[in-house]
Amino acid sequence: MQLDSKIPSGSLAEKWDTYKNEQKPINPANKRKYHVIVVGTGLAGASAAASLGELGFRVSSFCFQDSPRRAHSIAAQGGINAAKNYRNDGDSVERLFHDTIKGGDFRSREANVHRLAQMSVHIIDQCVAQGVPFAREYGGLLDNRSFGGSLVSRTFYARGQTGQQLLLGAYGALNRQIQAGTVKVYPRTEMQDLVMVDGHAKGIVVRDLVTGELTAHAADAVVLATGGYGPVFYLSTNAIGCNVTATYKAYKQGALFANPCYTQIHPTCIPQHGEHQSKLTLMSESLRNDGRVWVPKQKGDQRAPEQIAEGERDYYLERKYPSYGNLAPRDIASRAAKQVCDDGRGVGPGGLGVYLDFAEAIKRLGVDVIKARYGNLFDMYAKITGENPYQAPMRIYPAVHYTMGGLWVDYGLMSNVPGLFVLGEANFSDHGANRLGASALMQGLADGYFVLPYTIGSYLNGVKPGSARNDQPAFVHAREGVADNLNRLMSVQGKQSPDSFHRKLGKIMWDDCGMARTEASLQRALRDIPVLREEFWRDVRVTGKQDEFNPVLEKAGRVADFLEFAELLCLDALERKESCGGHFREEFQTDDGEAKRDDANFCHVSAWEFKGLGQKPVLHKEPLHFESIALATRSYK
Amino acid sequence: MTSDMNLTLKVWRQSSSKSSGQFVTYHAKAVSPDMSFLEMLDVVNEELLQKNEAPIAFESDCREGICGACSLVINGVAHGPERGTTACQLHMRHFKNGDTITVEPWRAKAFPLIKDLVVDRSAFDRIMHVGGYVSVNTGSAPDGNTLPVPKDDADWAFDAAACIGCGACVAACKNASASLFVGAKISHLRHLPQGAPERKRRAKAMVMQMDQEGFGSCTNTLECEAVCPKGISTRVIVEMNQEYMCAGG
Ligand SMILES: Cc1cc2nc3c(=O)[nH]c(=O)nc-3n(C[C@H](O)[C@H](O)[C@H](O)COP(=O)(O)OP(=O)(O)OC[C@H]3O[C@@H](n4cnc5c(N)ncnc54)[C@H](O)[C@@H]3O)c2cc1C
Ligand code: FES
Repeated sequence: MQLDSKIPSGSLAEKWDTYKNEQKPINPANKRKYHVIVVGTGLAGASAAASLGELGFRVSSFCFQDSPRRAHSIAAQGGINAAKNYRNDGDSVERLFHDTIKGGDFRSREANVHRLAQMSVHIIDQCVAQGVPFAREYGGLLDNRSFGGSLVSRTFYARGQTGQQLLLGAYGALNRQIQAGTVKVYPRTEMQDLVMVDGHAKGIVVRDLVTGELTAHAADAVVLATGGYGPVFYLSTNAIGCNVTATYKAYKQGALFANPCYTQIHPTCIPQHGEHQSKLTLMSESLRNDGRVWVPKQKGDQRAPEQIAEGERDYYLERKYPSYGNLAPRDIASRAAKQVCDDGRGVGPGGLGVYLDFAEAIKRLGVDVIKARYGNLFDMYAKITGENPYQAPMRIYPAVHYTMGGLWVDYGLMSNVPGLFVLGEANFSDHGANRLGASALMQGLADGYFVLPYTIGSYLNGVKPGSARNDQPAFVHAREGVADNLNRLMSVQGKQSPDSFHRKLGKIMWDDCGMARTEASLQRALRDIPVLREEFWRDVRVTGKQDEFNPVLEKAGRVADFLEFAELLCLDALERKESCGGHFREEFQTDDGEAKRDDANFCHVSAWEFKGLGQKPVLHKEPLHFESIALATRSYK
Repeated sequence: MTSDMNLTLKVWRQSSSKSSGQFVTYHAKAVSPDMSFLEMLDVVNEELLQKNEAPIAFESDCREGICGACSLVINGVAHGPERGTTACQLHMRHFKNGDTITVEPWRAKAFPLIKDLVVDRSAFDRIMHVGGYVSVNTGSAPDGNTLPVPKDDADWAFDAAACIGCGACVAACKNASASLFVGAKISHLRHLPQGAPERKRRAKAMVMQMDQEGFGSCTNTLECEAVCPKGISTRVIVEMNQEYMCAGG
C-alpha cells in the first residue's frame, strides 16, 4: 500500500490556499442530497457537524453521553493557543508552527502543523463571536497566559474551564443547526462498527444505549471525532467513558492506525491515593506559570515542606532547563519528575510525588490574584486531597493524559479508507510525539470548523449522493456481526467484572509501556496481554440483558477492544527503536537522560494495517520531510 | 488520617420507567475516606456483580465536576451535603462510620426515569435548541479584539456560563422548575454584546420551551442556588424574567 499524504505543492504558507483554490465547489442545491455521519460531539465533532450543517449538508451526529454537551472536551481546563500576538511579544504563525514542530520532537507533518498555526487565529475570532466568555483585561481586550514549550504568551482561556466554554460554544452552533433541521443528533448511542461498501466507508452500526437496539445508518461519508484512547492505561485524566472502540473498529475494517505508541504523560496530576481510584485528576499546566516544582535535595527526607529550608530544596526543572524552567514541555517535565522519584527524593505516600509550590507567587502577587487565576483548580485540589494548597504546596505526579497517535489521515483529514475522515484527538496528524499544552483544543476546532468543511467536498464531489442504503447486504452483515459480538460477551458468564480486567490491563500498560519502556518490558507486555485477553473471553461476567440499559455490557465491549488495541500500542513501541517525545525507550537516551532520536532510521510515521487477530499487523511508513525547519536535537536548556 | 468506615446505603432501584421502584439496603464495607462517593458505589457494584446481581445504574463521565453527568440525591439533597460540589467530587471523608445514607435519582416530571438512578434530561437540550446560542456561521467572525468587553461584564457572563447542565436545580425545587438553568444561559448571553441582537427572541423561545417541557414555575424558594455545584446565583432568574418581560412574553 502506498501512503499518499496528498500535501499540496507550493511554499508552506501557500499550501492551504492552493488546496482550497483547487477545490470544485459542490452545487448548493446538491448539498442537501449528501448525508454525512459525524461520530463524536466533542470540540472536533460538534464543530464539524455544525459547520457542515451550515453549509447545507444533511448531518447525523452521534455520542454515547446523554447530551452532546457532556463530551470529554468539556473537561479541558487551561486554555487554547492562537498566534494572535496580542501581547506584542513576537508571536507569529511561524513561531507557533515552529514551537509545535519542535514540541512534537520532529515527528509530525510540517504541512498540517503549519495549517493548524494559520487556523489558530480564526478559531479565537469564531469563538468570541459565539459569546465564549474568554478572560479579559480591564481595557476589555482578551487576556493571555503562558503554557509549556513556548516563550511567548499566546494561550487564551476562560478561567480554568476553557474546554467547557469552547464546547458549549460549539454545542450552541450544533443546537442552532438541529433547530434548523440540518443536523439530527443521536445521544446515548454508541458506534459499534464501520460499514464498508466497495472499499468506501458508507455507514455505521450503532447500539441504542437505553433500549439495546442495534441499527445501521447509511451515508455518503463518515467522520470519526471520537477522541483519544488514554484509558487503555485504566487510570488517566480522561473521562471514564473515553475509549478506542470507534477508531479500533475502523482499523479492523482497513483504516491504518498511526503511531499508537505516542502517548502523553502529564506532569501535574494529583497523585494516586488508593486502589479503588477510578480516575486521576489533572492540575492544569497553567499552574506552572506561577508554581515552582521542587523536591528535597536529600534522599528520603520526610520533613514537612515548610521545614525544608530554601537551600535544601532542588528546583530541578529550573536547575536543568534554565531557559524554560517550570515551563519545560510535558514529556520532559514528567520524565524529570520520575527521575527524582526514582532517585528516592519523591514526597508523600510511596515517594511518588513532587511539590508544586505557590508560596513565592502568593507573596509576590497576593492571595487574591492567585485565587482569580487558579481558584477553581485550588478548590478542586482541596476537595480531592482534603489539603489547603494556599497554605502548603500541592503534591503532584505524572499521569496518562493524551494520545498523539490515532488513525492515519492525509492532508485533507481523510484516512486511507475513502470516505472515512478522522478529526481531533482521534487522528494522529499534528502533535508528533508530544503535544504542547493548549494545542488539542486548537486542533479539534481547526479540524472541525475550518478544515473538514473544505476537504470533505473533494471526496463528495466524486460520489453519487444517496448511493448507500441501510438494507444493503453490507449493512445487514455488519449489524449481525455486532449482534454476535454482544451475544458472545453476554454468554461467557464467567466470574470477573469487565472493570477488573480493565485494571489488570492498565497495570501491564503502566508498568511495561508507561513513562519508560525497554525492549524487555515491551516483550513482557506483548506476552501478558494476549493471556489476559484469553482470560477475559473465558471468565468475564456481564450481568443483565443485551436489550436494556446495561452499563456493564457497555464497559465490557470497550474493555474487549482495549485488550486488542493494547497489543498494537506495545508493538509500535517495541518497533520504534528510538526515544522521541512521550515515547521513551531507556536504551536510547543521552548521557544526561534526555530522549535520543534516531532520525536516520525513524523519521517516519508508523501506520499499521490490521491483518487479523493474532496476526502481526503490517507496518507502512510515511517518511517525514523537514523543509522549513532543520531537524535538530530539542533543547529547553 | 481517619480510618475505613462501614456504611448502610438505602438506594432507589427501579428497572425501568414502566416498573415500580423501591429502596434497597446495601452495606458498604471498608470505605476509605479518600474515595469519592461514586468510587464507593463502584465498590458496592463490584460486590453485586460478584453475587450475580445487577449493579446499581448511575451516570458519570468526567468524575471531576464539570461534565454534569452525575446526578444523585444523597440524603435528600441534590449532589449531597457539601456545598458547591457534584456527587463525583464528594469525598467519603464527609461521612462517619456507621452512617446510613439514602441515594435517589433526580425526581421531576420533565426528567423521566430510565433506570435506578439514571434519568432522561434531554428536555434541557431541547430548551437549548430553540435559542441558547448566538447565531453566527463559521468563518464570518471579525477579529476577536474588535469588540472590547468590560472585564466586569465578561466575568459576570462567565459566572452564569459556568452552568454544567446537571439538573440539580430542578431536582431540588419543589416545583421542579428549570429557571436557574434557563436563566443561566440567558444571563450569560445578555451580558455580552454578541448576545444582544437576539435577546428578545432567545428569552421568549427558551422560556416557552421550558414551560412546554413540563418544568414547574419558580416561587423563589432559592433551593436551586443552594445545591448548584457551580454556585450560580438566582439573580439569573431575575434577569430571565426581565428579559422575558422586555420581549413582550
Ligand atoms: C483533564 C483534561 C484537561 C485538558 N485540558 C486541555 C487544555 O487546557 N487545552 C488543550 O488544548 N487540551 C486539553 N486537553 C485535551 C483536550 O481536552 C482533548 O484532546 C480534546 O478535547 C479532544 O476533543 P475531541 O473532540 O477530539 O474528542 P472528545 O471531546 O473526547 O469527544 C469524543 C466524542 O466522541 C464520542 N464517542 C467516542 N466513542 C464513541 C462511540 N463508539 N460511539 C459514539 N460516540 C462516541 C463521545 O461521546 C464524545 O462525544 C485536556 C484533556 C483532559 C483530559
Ligand atoms: S461525573 Fe462529570 S460532573 Fe460528575
